[in-house]
Amino acid sequence: MSKPKTTENNTKSATNSAAAPPFPHQHLLGIAQLNQHDIINLLDRAQAMIPISRKPRKTLPTLLGKTQINLFFENSTRTQASFEIAGKRLGAMVVNMAVKTSSLSKGETLIDTAATLNAMQPDVIIVRHGAAGAVELLSQKVECAVINAGDGAHEHPTQALLDALTIRHHKGMLAGLKVAICGDIANSRVARSNLALLGALNVRTRVIAPKTLLPTGIENLCTEVFTDMEQGLDGVDVVMMLRLQKERTSNSLVPSEREYYRFYGLDEKKLKFAKPDAIIMHPGPMNRGVEIDPAVADSPMSVITDQVEMGVAVRMAVLDALLNKGLTGNEEPAQ
Amino acid sequence: MNAPLLIKNARIIDPASDFDELGNLLVENGKISSLNKGADTGAPEGAQIIDAKGMLLAPGLVDLRVFTGEPGHEYRETLNSAAKSAAAGGVTSFVCMPDTLPAIDDGAVVDFIISRAKASACVNILPAAAISKGLLGNEITEFGLLKEAGAVCFSEGRKSIQSSALLRTAFTYAKNFEMPIMHHLCDDGLKGKGVMNKGLFATTLGLGSISSETETIPLSRDLILAKATGVNYHAAQISCPGSVQILAGHKQENPNISAGVSINNLTLNELDVGQYRTFFKLDPPLRSEDDRMALIAGLNSGAIDTIHSGHDPQDVEVKRRPFAEAAFGAIGLETLFGAAMRLVHSGDVELKTIIKALTYRPAQILGISAGTLKPGSNADFFIADIDYPWVNTEENIISRSKNTAFEGARFSGKIMVTYVAGSKVFEHKETA
Repeated sequence: MSKPKTTENNTKSATNSAAAPPFPHQHLLGIAQLNQHDIINLLDRAQAMIPISRKPRKTLPTLLGKTQINLFFENSTRTQASFEIAGKRLGAMVVNMAVKTSSLSKGETLIDTAATLNAMQPDVIIVRHGAAGAVELLSQKVECAVINAGDGAHEHPTQALLDALTIRHHKGMLAGLKVAICGDIANSRVARSNLALLGALNVRTRVIAPKTLLPTGIENLCTEVFTDMEQGLDGVDVVMMLRLQKERTSNSLVPSEREYYRFYGLDEKKLKFAKPDAIIMHPGPMNRGVEIDPAVADSPMSVITDQVEMGVAVRMAVLDALLNKGLTGNEEPAQ
Repeated sequence: MNAPLLIKNARIIDPASDFDELGNLLVENGKISSLNKGADTGAPEGAQIIDAKGMLLAPGLVDLRVFTGEPGHEYRETLNSAAKSAAAGGVTSFVCMPDTLPAIDDGAVVDFIISRAKASACVNILPAAAISKGLLGNEITEFGLLKEAGAVCFSEGRKSIQSSALLRTAFTYAKNFEMPIMHHLCDDGLKGKGVMNKGLFATTLGLGSISSETETIPLSRDLILAKATGVNYHAAQISCPGSVQILAGHKQENPNISAGVSINNLTLNELDVGQYRTFFKLDPPLRSEDDRMALIAGLNSGAIDTIHSGHDPQDVEVKRRPFAEAAFGAIGLETLFGAAMRLVHSGDVELKTIIKALTYRPAQILGISAGTLKPGSNADFFIADIDYPWVNTEENIISRSKNTAFEGARFSGKIMVTYVAGSKVFEHKETA
């Protein structure tokens, strides 16, 4: 039983997010762990965070005195920067661990790393790792909150949340929309998290890719599967493009970038099949001329830069939801 | 020399002599001297008499696929610890795989294993020699010298030879010495970076997957070469229905082929992987429930001949990692019998069939005299309570490594006592 006083304090300390119900998870490891209420809760919290970043003084210091560690085993400029800015705008102390250049990269196991970081008493660790399940493994070995910033081809939950927020921002709602996810589905954590999230919110999902980039059983995870872009894009409200990793062509899952562009790159001609008011999304970084025509990427239909803005709001909301769970009585007074 | 030993009132199963009766077994000088049905036929003077109280007595299990860490990785498992683990599981003979450091690819290493086993192991350890030098898949080892040194068969251990030409040479040359070949099946290109069964579950977890063709294509190639060369060929372990079908077809025209299956593939499925549990990362991977049922059918139809533990000790350092980066393999000697009894209790396989696949058939494939209770043979046997309930807890594991795929699993069926050459090597102790 929480004391009524606690709720009051909470209301004072985080005016924007306190209206939302508490978030009932210790970590954010994947969309698969969330139900519809959890997702909407996070989207509503994120919605409330958007104005903060648009103000001249961009702070909502709900996480003052908290320590956030960004632990990126894979290189990522934008996601890491987005988490860093989100943490700093909430007043957290943010530490970026340079994995590649430290002893953390080789020799030491992930579990040793987890134990080391845990001893530094962080409040949240944000992890990106090349192996599916690695973030969950790390979360079992630390006492603080853990946010998955991408684990192998498994999940990238904040990306799916920011995508949903972007769609909601432009379309007003999510349920009933038709969303096409196009490209390297087999190796994409973005696709998996998006399919889980959109499925939970009753969005009609389509995946479009050559058969070599479709994973086994994908038909169970989406509404429809297409191997032809024009058929797949027919009448959709949202077109989500995925990045084609260079190694897909080198290991012959697709023969060349030019062939891929011809059949699966989003250009004006293929885009005509989508609804006239469709929006175009991409998790970045884009390969212009491989999965997307530069003109299309920069067209008014593109909301790719909005996604980046929503990303900061979503990450602020997730940090706040995980760390700002109401005062426990052991903490310093708000003043 | 031990006093004679009479075990009476036991349900004795001896697949080699098609014996399944309540009876008694007399052991003298480390050998079985008589096997009789019915009540006590009278013990010789001074004999020790044990009343088995109707429990199962069967030949000691013969496990065709066990990895140890000696030489080279003694922290994982020594011959001594593997043997103790085996004794606790009713396994009285096992084939140790050549994946040691150095590999068992030279007569001197075979010699080392045999003399170390003699000095330190309480069960029979039978070295398998590598097919290729250094397990590198380039040139064959000295089959003749390895046989003379005491190798019982040739195997590439965890590895699978990719070159058809090398396999053809190996099969032909092995036939020359009448030595069996046991070969793990894997097309390395198709396997790629796969770590679990291909299917929706792997897709959901975002893990690289291993298709059934990774196994069926090399199996087909091997069986064609086996027929062409006449070698005694054993498909080390199969995991999918396609393989059962291919084997059944080839068995109709080639009596010199056989196949094994891991107890893991018979009793677990891909869903046991759960949330990236690396103790279930096995090679071949745990497959779907339909595949598991097809393997059971294959065992019952005779397409599959033997069941093994695939005992593969791995330390925490290589197992407590993200799934894709963790080592393959699980220990299994101590749980082999308990897990096999699951198939009996579920009504899927008859006890006799299970015992045969764990004793007589593997011994027959190796051409050794183990796996039987026929008078004159070594007194290697166990007594088990096939209903005894127990839980496999980490603290009770005898093996040096704790990577069991049956962590916390409940079993009905436990080895109570194990004998090797008439000497007791294991006895179950009730814990209070």
